[in-house]
Amino acid sequence: MTQRSWHNVPSSIIILLLLSFVLQIAWGCYLPRQQARAETLSQPPSVAAFKLVSGEPVAAAQLSTLYLQAFDNQPGISIPFRNLDYARVSAWLERILELDPRGQYPLLMASQLYAQVPDESRQRQMLAFAYQHFFDDPNQRWPWLAHAAIVAKHRLHDMPLALKYADAIAHSATGKNVPHWAQQMRIFILEEMNETKSAEILLGGLLASGTITDPHEIHFLMERLQALKGKSISESAHE
Amino acid sequence: MLRHTLTIARFTLLEGLRARFFRVAGLVLLLALAGALFAGELAITESERIRATLLAAFLRPATIFLLSLYIISSMAREFNDKGTELILALDLPRASYVLGKLIGFALLGTALAFFAGLLGAVFAPVAPVMLWSVSLLLEIWLVAALSLFCAISFTQVVPAASLALGFYLLARNITTIQLLGSSPVLDAHSFSHQVITGLLDIIALVLPHLDNFTQSAWLANYPTTWNILPSLLLQSAITLTLLTGAAMFDFYRKNF
Repeated sequence: MTQRSWHNVPSSIIILLLLSFVLQIAWGCYLPRQQARAETLSQPPSVAAFKLVSGEPVAAAQLSTLYLQAFDNQPGISIPFRNLDYARVSAWLERILELDPRGQYPLLMASQLYAQVPDESRQRQMLAFAYQHFFDDPNQRWPWLAHAAIVAKHRLHDMPLALKYADAIAHSATGKNVPHWAQQMRIFILEEMNETKSAEILLGGLLASGTITDPHEIHFLMERLQALKGKSISESAHE
Repeated sequence: MLRHTLTIARFTLLEGLRARFFRVAGLVLLLALAGALFAGELAITESERIRATLLAAFLRPATIFLLSLYIISSMAREFNDKGTELILALDLPRASYVLGKLIGFALLGTALAFFAGLLGAVFAPVAPVMLWSVSLLLEIWLVAALSLFCAISFTQVVPAASLALGFYLLARNITTIQLLGSSPVLDAHSFSHQVITGLLDIIALVLPHLDNFTQSAWLANYPTTWNILPSLLLQSAITLTLLTGAAMFDFYRKNF
């Protein structure tokens, strides 16, 4: 079907169209930008409920991950991690892993995000989460336990816990894709070096071995490392 | 012009009655009722609340989908049967045709919203059901105008239905998408991130925010917030005018 020129359209209709378009945009500008409310994190639905609603467990896991991530990093509202109910955070992370067992995202969140809270019991809860779920797929999940070992040594000052995690990697992560140095984590933990240096070595090793390839993840981990460096410089300046 | 418009509206309504639109709609409503009753039987507590919420959550997309598909298929049939050309051969402005069609479809939608509201009143108090029904009615009118615009623009069922459904889903979820996109954990300074969030903001300006409409939570004992109604009315009036204007603009440009 061919089109006639727009000159055939009565001017009243063109004016109506333009006016309503301008009004639509004006109304869109007038509406307050929706902000997430600082709500209490609810318990996650069961796996069966997720499957019933979506029928796509992996997609449901990924959407839940984004939901959880957006929950504590809401625009306009920054909910400090210490105000979050960590039992529920663990429940969400666990549910996401159940829906998508090959996904690494929940373990990254546990070890790199939620374990940063300045509260020892919550830190231990997140490290325990990484440790507990490490054994389901040690050859894929060892990087998160390696980071947990560093946190245990430098933040919690719990050397036995750090060595326990290092030993778990040495004994269980024995796949071909696991770099040799990962199995020597025990020596690495026993070395006298500060947290920044340890994290730097771990990240360098992960990048060199090709374990991390996603550019967003590399960017995120590099930012965390920079933040750690900045913190250590300011701490040494105070001393 | 008004007489022509009303005649077309009447015949559109008659066509709906003869095409067994209400039989299908009745089946959908029955299915919703049966599903809600079944879910209520399974519940140990709050069975009325569960029935009302599930009924509302099912009826909203079901009625929207049913009416949208009906409008698009009806318009496509009329284009294919050359019925439109026959009508346009008469002495009537094209705007009357579009307006008449829209009024006819909107009346079908009004009946749909009315019966959906009646069903809702079985399980929930009258005041929240009224607000929910009015909101559903406004949403149905918007979708009727959207479907008419898509049907006129594409004249074929699949592309028109895809665009209508895509537009509707985007309008329902644009706020959520914006919230997800502005998480500070992400690299907010990267060029691609800024382009995407900028585009989302522009799209959000043009779309009606349908996530504010017809919430099933209204039937689940939450306080009835009538003060939301003026904003819904204004939003509907603006978007309805915009979509009708776009449909008329496109229809005037068609060369039959």
